[in-house]
This record gives sequence, C-alpha cells and structure tokens, in this order.
Amino acid sequence: MTPSGLSTHHLACSRGYRDLFADLSLQLQPGEILRVEGKNGSGKTSLLRILAGLAQPVSGDVLWQGVAIRAVESGYFNELLYIGHKPAIKFELSACENLQLSCALFGSRSVNGIAEALYQIGLYGFEDMPAAMLSAGQKRRVALAQLFLTRARLWILDEPYTALDVVAVALLEELFRIHVLAGGLLIVTSHQPVTIAGCVSHRLLLPDTTQQQVA
Amino acid sequence: MPTSLSRAFFALLQRDLLLAYRHRNELLNPLFFFVLVVMLFPLGTSPDKNLLITMAPGVIWVAALLASMLALDSLFRADFEDGTLEQLLISPHPLPLLVLAKILAHWLVTGLPMILLAPLLALFMYLPGDGLGVLMLTLALGTPVLSLVGAIGMALTVGLRRGGMLLALLVLPLYIPVLIFSANAVDAHLSAMAITGQLYFLAAMLVLALTLAPMAVAAALRISLE
Repeated sequence: MTPSGLSTHHLACSRGYRDLFADLSLQLQPGEILRVEGKNGSGKTSLLRILAGLAQPVSGDVLWQGVAIRAVESGYFNELLYIGHKPAIKFELSACENLQLSCALFGSRSVNGIAEALYQIGLYGFEDMPAAMLSAGQKRRVALAQLFLTRARLWILDEPYTALDVVAVALLEELFRIHVLAGGLLIVTSHQPVTIAGCVSHRLLLPDTTQQQVA
Repeated sequence: MPTSLSRAFFALLQRDLLLAYRHRNELLNPLFFFVLVVMLFPLGTSPDKNLLITMAPGVIWVAALLASMLALDSLFRADFEDGTLEQLLISPHPLPLLVLAKILAHWLVTGLPMILLAPLLALFMYLPGDGLGVLMLTLALGTPVLSLVGAIGMALTVGLRRGGMLLALLVLPLYIPVLIFSANAVDAHLSAMAITGQLYFLAAMLVLALTLAPMAVAAALRISLE
C-alpha cells in the first residue's frame, strides 16, 4: 500500500542557536485537519515553511505520498496552496489583478472564477479598487479568495483568521469543511480553536522553547 | 514552452510592467541620475570639444553602470517584503524562467530607456553620429548583462536589512568587463579601428549571462528565503 497524504520523519528545526523542535514525526491522511499550536516564537511558521518546501529542516524529511518533497518539487507544488502571514498582495494592483497573477503562476487555479470568488469572499464592488485602499481584513480576504479558485489538495495556512470578522471566519470554516470532506488536507496555525464538525482533527502542540538556555 | 508555463511567464512580465507603470516616479530616478551625471560633466571639466569626445564613451558608460546598479533595488525588494517571492518559489513552474520574466521586465523599464536616452547624452558630449551608433549597440548588448548579473547580487542580498554596500561589492567586479569592452569599442571606432572583437566579447557575455544568471538567481533566492 502506498502511503497517502503528508508525513514527516524526525523533523528538526532550529533558529539561530535555539532548537525549536526535534524528532517531529507526524502523519496526515486525506480528509484530516492538523492544527499547529504553540506560543509565539515556538516555530509554528518555521514548521509550515518547511512543510511547504520553502525552508529546509536541519534534519529529517517531509514526505508527500511517501516520496520526499525535495524529489518531487513541481509535482508537490501542484497539489499545494500555501498562504503565509505575508499575504502576497500587491497594494498597487486591484483584487482582480492580484488574483490573475496567482492563477497564472499556479495552473491548479482557474482564472474564470475570479469574479465569482471575490463575490463569495465578500468583496463584491471592490474588485477593481487598488488593494492599498482596502482594509486589513479585506486584504486578507483577497488572499483567501484563492481558496475558491484552487484545486490543490493540501492547504497550508498560517494564521488564516488574522484580521477577519465573525462572518468571514464562519465562511472560512465552511470552506475548510467542504475541502476536508472532499478528501483534502488542511494544516493551519491558529490561536483560536478550529472547530469543524464531522472532520478528523489533529492537534500538534509545539514545545515552548523560548526559555531554553542558549548553549 | 508548454502553454501554462508561457502563460505564467507573460502574466508575471505583464504584472511587473503594470506595477512599474503604477509607480513610474520611482523608475525615473535612475534615469534622471544617468542623464544628470553626463550633463554635469562638460560643466565640471571644460567645454572643449576634443576633450569631451575622448571622455564621452567612458563617462556615458560609467553613468549607465551606476544608474543600473541604483535601479537594482526595485527588482526583488518589494516582492520579498510582501511575500510574492515565496509564492514564486512554490510555483510548480521552473523558477529560473519566472525569474527571467522579472529581469526582462526590469530591463525593459530601466535598461531600454537608457539606450533611448543615449542620443541626447551624445549631444552633450559632442559624440559624432557613427560613434553614437556604436554606443547604442554596446548599450543594447551590455545593459541586459548588467540587469542579469545584478539580479544575482540582488537575490543574494535581498534578505539583508542593509545590503546596498554588499550588493555593490558583489556586482561591481562583474560589471567591470562590460564597462571596459563597451567603452573601448566606442573609443576604437572613433579612432577608425575594427571593433568586432569587443562586440563579440560583449555578445558572448550576454549569451552566458542569459543562460546562466537565471539559474544562479533562482538558487540565490532559495537561499535568501530560507
């Protein structure tokens, strides 16, 4: 049986002289959610960047369907949607123009659905306004509109709820539910609980290393 | 090129040109610098025609070199700060080609205008018509090399807070061959000597930079974004 989903083997990461985590092994199957928790500075973003293939771990491997992601780069990137805490939104461009580039860079995103996606995420009427004129929450929504466009199976989202209002959070949770029930994988960091009915949800608590002695 | 790759290439090129258009004031700075340096030279030295003709190729090329170094900062800085570079890195398309689209857009808004401004500068420096032709030819061959090589330095230093000095130290030695062969070609032509050697050398550098620099930039960006 070939292993499906995402797994890590004895992953270790350090920042400067501080070891953030070591020997981290986890397994995430299709249709499952992983919520990464931990204090500020415990390495949540570092872990997500490693899982997205943006950073290399000190040791260990990230495997996608049993193969190290370093070996299958573009195949893996086709399945991946990553939204970091920097939203990759150009302030000089409109919401529509921002999404057009994202669709062109990732073949897994459909360019035809942009207007519909912006409507769904609640930016109707703001499509052609420069992103600089949008509020923080609206900018965040522009980035999250990509979730409507993508066919990627693995979503990695860093603090997706930042700056969002109650309505948007509910909308996002509904999106997560649809994605996961359709066999998608979801990895989020969040300080607030992600409660999605009927989905297998894992919690990963990163150790608090902020008080660790510098060797 | 597969359609999705060419779509990504041209979308990125188009977006960068659009961004350049939306804040065109910033782009004018290096060009302004380019023109001003050359314009002030006759005022600072002497309006003697023969002296200015002798200095013309060197002065114009030094100004072009410094101006293109000044323009480098806009290449990756903004994309680094707002997270767009991260998205480029995890795009399924080959990063060297995406990077090439960015460098091409950058050259179109910084290098190409310099070539177009050359006739004006030739006027300041009494450079005769046939000398101007060679000057524009060397600029056409040389400025893409400056953009491509400069992109490597910029990619290596984009993660640093104040990488400006380091950038200059990194790319200036690589710029110097372009400067020497370009200025020399114009000089030699004015003395009615053959310049094919210099032009071939510049063309060779361009081909080399065009094929190798995007890969170096891609590798440097992956390191910078770790």
